[in-house]
Amino acid sequence: MIEDTPQPPAGTRPADDDLVRATGVVKYFPIRRGIIFKHEIGQVRAVDGVDLTVRRGETLGLVGETGCGKSTLARCLTRLYPLTAGQVVFDGTDISTLNRGQLRPFRRDVQMIFQDPYGSLNPRRRVGSIIGDPFAIHGVADGAERKRKVQELMELVGLNPEHYNRFPADFSGGQRQRIGVARALALRPKLIVCDEPVSALDVSIQAQIINLLESLQDDFGLTYVFIAHDLSVVEHVSDRVGVMYLGRLVELAEVDELYRHPHHPYTVALLSAAGTPDPNKARKRERILLTGDVPSPIDPPSGCRFHPRCPKARDRCSVDDPVLMPGTDRRPGAEPTGDGHVTACHYPVLPGEVLAGRT
Amino acid sequence: MSTTELFESAEVPTIDTSGTLGRSPWQLAWARLRRDRVALVCGAFIVLLGLVAAFAGPLSKLIGWSPTQQDRINGLTPDGLPAPPSVHHLLGTDNLGRDVLVRVIYGTRVSLAVGVAAAVAAVLIGVIVGLIAGYFGPAVDAIVSRLMDVVLSFPFLLFAIALVSVVGPSELVEIGVIAFFSWAAVGRIVRGQTLSIREKEYIEAARSLGASDRRIMFVDVLPNLVAPVLVYTTLLIPVSIVFEATLSYLGVGIIPPTPSWGNMISDAQDVYQQAWWFLLFPGIALIATTLAFNLLGDSVRDALDPRTERLFAK
Amino acid sequence: MVRFLIRRLLTGVLVVWLISVIVFAIFFIAPHNVAQLLLGKFAAQNQQLVQTVTKQLGLDQPIWVQYAHFLNRLFHGDLGYSYYSHEPVTSLIKAALPITASLAIGAAIIWVVAGVLIGVLSATRPRSFTDRLATLFALIGLSFPTFVLGLLLLYFFFYQLHLAGVTFFPGGGYVPLTQNPGQWAQHLILPWITLAVASMAVYVRLTRGQMLEVLGEDYVRTARSKGLRPLRVTYRHGLRAALVPIVTQFGIDVATLLGGAIVTEQVFGLNGLGRMSVQAVTNQDEPVIIAVVLLAAVFVVVANIVVDLLYAVLDPRVRLS
Repeated sequence: MIEDTPQPPAGTRPADDDLVRATGVVKYFPIRRGIIFKHEIGQVRAVDGVDLTVRRGETLGLVGETGCGKSTLARCLTRLYPLTAGQVVFDGTDISTLNRGQLRPFRRDVQMIFQDPYGSLNPRRRVGSIIGDPFAIHGVADGAERKRKVQELMELVGLNPEHYNRFPADFSGGQRQRIGVARALALRPKLIVCDEPVSALDVSIQAQIINLLESLQDDFGLTYVFIAHDLSVVEHVSDRVGVMYLGRLVELAEVDELYRHPHHPYTVALLSAAGTPDPNKARKRERILLTGDVPSPIDPPSGCRFHPRCPKARDRCSVDDPVLMPGTDRRPGAEPTGDGHVTACHYPVLPGEVLAGRT
Repeated sequence: MSTTELFESAEVPTIDTSGTLGRSPWQLAWARLRRDRVALVCGAFIVLLGLVAAFAGPLSKLIGWSPTQQDRINGLTPDGLPAPPSVHHLLGTDNLGRDVLVRVIYGTRVSLAVGVAAAVAAVLIGVIVGLIAGYFGPAVDAIVSRLMDVVLSFPFLLFAIALVSVVGPSELVEIGVIAFFSWAAVGRIVRGQTLSIREKEYIEAARSLGASDRRIMFVDVLPNLVAPVLVYTTLLIPVSIVFEATLSYLGVGIIPPTPSWGNMISDAQDVYQQAWWFLLFPGIALIATTLAFNLLGDSVRDALDPRTERLFAK
Repeated sequence: MVRFLIRRLLTGVLVVWLISVIVFAIFFIAPHNVAQLLLGKFAAQNQQLVQTVTKQLGLDQPIWVQYAHFLNRLFHGDLGYSYYSHEPVTSLIKAALPITASLAIGAAIIWVVAGVLIGVLSATRPRSFTDRLATLFALIGLSFPTFVLGLLLLYFFFYQLHLAGVTFFPGGGYVPLTQNPGQWAQHLILPWITLAVASMAVYVRLTRGQMLEVLGEDYVRTARSKGLRPLRVTYRHGLRAALVPIVTQFGIDVATLLGGAIVTEQVFGLNGLGRMSVQAVTNQDEPVIIAVVLLAAVFVVVANIVVDLLYAVLDPRVRLS
């Protein structure tokens, strides 16, 4: 896996190593009201300026609390939503301004796996027809050939191909998610965006689906964007992990680096709040309670969006909006670190530092 | 871990083959419907009605009277009143000495044809309009929904009468009028359903695959609408039949001498004190038909969605 | 609340206006010559006269001019003269309105009160004899066309009882309330029942279903476990929540009510607005039809606004926006 072939330092990588390059992605949802003519009275700033690259063959994890904008970001990357601002370049093509017709070829290369294995499969259609949808939509294979391909896919994801004519209701949650995986795999895409693919499943089933996704990645050289709020799942599958808070990417690093040396106070709090099955580790990790609620994305805080809840917040944090910067040394002229670990924080947490507000 | 290894470790799909697997929701509903005795009886009755309507001609030949033929011998009593049921006329005669049984049989044809055609037309319009309103976003929705509100707040019987008075009565006009005042109710239901289906993840999945709006509407949305629409159609047919009978009763539906249950009852109104059979038999035919469709509609609803409460608890 | 009211009124005005246009359009495209119709056999003898009358009625003018005239007169409360009886339409309506109002309001009260009561009764004892009886009643009521029911009632309660010497129920006609309230009610009992039964059946089913649902909810069980008397629980907690869909249904039924009134008036020979409009249709008496249809439309729109307001009063969760 990725540990065997260490990534060259940032900046020296060839450009076509990046499958997706997103810059300044912004997605606002308008709130409208009015008697006859609706006028806009506000905006939900779901994603508010995110820069992100997804490298070929990697699994990029995205974590954050509910409502932090990670699912919206995923739908921006796949252009299910039009962008309010910013640019998404996929495989060398700028897809941010393409219309529906122009997006069609792109739809073959990018697929999604959804959170709800019940909601993402049309209950009125047979499984064979659901998995065959990509073929039908892109006119790839017809009749007997389509059926053969669909059954191959079913076998590939661990479903009995004889169940071709069954309905989603005939399958368990885990099997349904396999159907979703088969559908995503049908056109051999370059990128699969998994939006909380296992959070609706039992823990025992989660492992099976994750194993399936990992083996498919090896076999077909897939790239994943993997969204979850379960930190241990993300730790297990990801090569790099991004942490989101209120529509912003606040930290991004190689998975081990991020889990061992989190720089952003929010990441530290997030990691400390997550339980860990290892009692030895659990003792070492102390819980840090965040005070207050997540602020509204309609009217986010000024400066650093985390400052009202941050134990390290100082005056500067409420005024000055931090940008992603490498390392923890914020002094001018500091040596840039080459491990690609970036944090949007004025006062990053240093190794061994103990945050206030713990229990 | 390779895929083959995965096969060994992954859950083996252990599914019992207890008979419900792989059967479509329709097959399941059909199985439930077939176990429903009320549905069977009503269904059989409706099939019988259909046969009577289809073979009205041969039946009337068998009985020996045509629907517009006046019996100059036994058709009227010496006072000039309708003749009561007898060996000559099993269900008696009407005010012009015509056979009530044959006219009721021909009335079945009108009632079913107009009722079913109007209901189907209303459902077709309602589904298309409702689908468009629900699928194509707030701007289209606002306009179409207002339109449906306007149609629904029409005092429809009054309007129907006014409309027929201008265009002139005929079967086709009647079907059109009934459909025109019924589609909006279907449209509203379909719109609501479409709005909720549109938010489902499988619609988003289809979009992420690059499916066109038309494909999503017909392949993903429509199949989910069939159940409520089917129920609504069965319940709309009796409403349309009564609507037809009412228009005919008020003299703006089927024009005499073509018999319909409504215009028979209208004629009977003048002589009901002397000739109960003339009022009763078309009345019974009308009530039995609406009852059968109502009960069947309720059973169909029950079979398609066992969770909802029946309109008529057993 | 005020914003909501304004919006509702605006849409209401829009609906009425649209209906006025449609009504006008229907009668403008009518393939018949009113002047010829009015003059009857005189028309054949005197083409000149036909033209004079056409001019008099303004029927030779372009459609929008006619519509403008029509609207203008409408705003001044002038609905024109009946082509048939040559009386002012307003006075015709004044004569007919009390009859229809008596019929409709009385029937509405009967069906709502009786329907809800029967529904509550059958919900408090589900699967009991009362419940089954109520269900049977609802089933039959729903399947009975209004005019069949009316004629059957006439046959049994007027004709058969008359034969048996009981002359309580009259066979039709109307006595004004101001003249003799007892006679008024006596004449209207059968029409009320006729008009009420079909809708009542809907209310029985609706109330029963809603009550069963509400009575199963946690807060009702809490109220019961607090020791509140069952009756109090049923009415204070159960019925109040169940009323919301009932009120909604009533809004839908207002248009049906008018249709039912037409048929009922026809069956019982009541000279109300419904019968007047059916006769006007037969006589092609357009000013009368237009007036009645517009009146009915205004009535339906106003009733729906009232229902929406009631809805908000009954259910605090409904925010009028």
